[in-house]
Amino acid sequence: MRSGDLILQTMSKVVFFIIILFSIHLFFEGHYRPGGGFVGGLMTSGAIILLLLAYDMETVKKILPFDFKWLIAVGLFISVLTAGGSLLFDVPFFTHVHDYFNLPLLGKTSLHTAALFDLGVFFVVVGVTLTIIQTIGESE
Amino acid sequence: MTEILDIVVLVFILIGAFFSVVAAIGVVRLPDVYTRNHAASKSATLGVMFILMGTFIHFAAEDHTNTRLILAIVFIFLTSPVGGHLINRAAYYTGVKMWDRSVRDDLMERVGNLNVRSADGKNRKTDELKK
Repeated sequence: MRSGDLILQTMSKVVFFIIILFSIHLFFEGHYRPGGGFVGGLMTSGAIILLLLAYDMETVKKILPFDFKWLIAVGLFISVLTAGGSLLFDVPFFTHVHDYFNLPLLGKTSLHTAALFDLGVFFVVVGVTLTIIQTIGESE
Repeated sequence: MTEILDIVVLVFILIGAFFSVVAAIGVVRLPDVYTRNHAASKSATLGVMFILMGTFIHFAAEDHTNTRLILAIVFIFLTSPVGGHLINRAAYYTGVKMWDRSVRDDLMERVGNLNVRSADGKNRKTDELKK
């Protein structure tokens, strides 16, 4: 299905990047303020669904040429690795650590392994939402 | 200084609330979907932008500069008219009638022969739908 509306297509090109940037912002500030992997993932999939509405399924498949079911697997894998990595250091499952690092551009930054777990949640949410939308959209 | 800012914030939020009320009255009182959409998309957008601007100034005066509000203003300014355009476009192509006192319809000449899908799922010419 092609809507072919020039105003919608042009505006979604601009708005897509605003939504993606805001979802990344929500993802990274989840530790200190409202946000996190779930909301960030939903917002990212919302941006991709906007592209689906403005263009069509084939165009979005050309932009993101992979099966979204893989994202679910990758996200679960990252989360399990983060949780299971704590077993290597002889501490209980799911123990998180954080420390302060001097990163080259960002300066003193606190890095937490919970962010990696959140990254897994992010991928799972994006994968599940887009798989649902794609499956419903393709069935005639 | 803060007193002046308080007055500025008050004025911004009152203007925003006023435009929102105008939009609501317009949606209730105007005769057809196109004029209603005109009221809703223009006036409500400006109203919400004014309220967000007042909120931004209020928190910026307390050293809590919230750039999300600026982003929200830009976002609403970009997307709300496009939403109004899409609703009007969908209404026109599904054959929603204009107000009976409308005087001209220039788009009709352009798309008069276009096949559109009407509400009952059949493809019809727009000429038939307009009658």
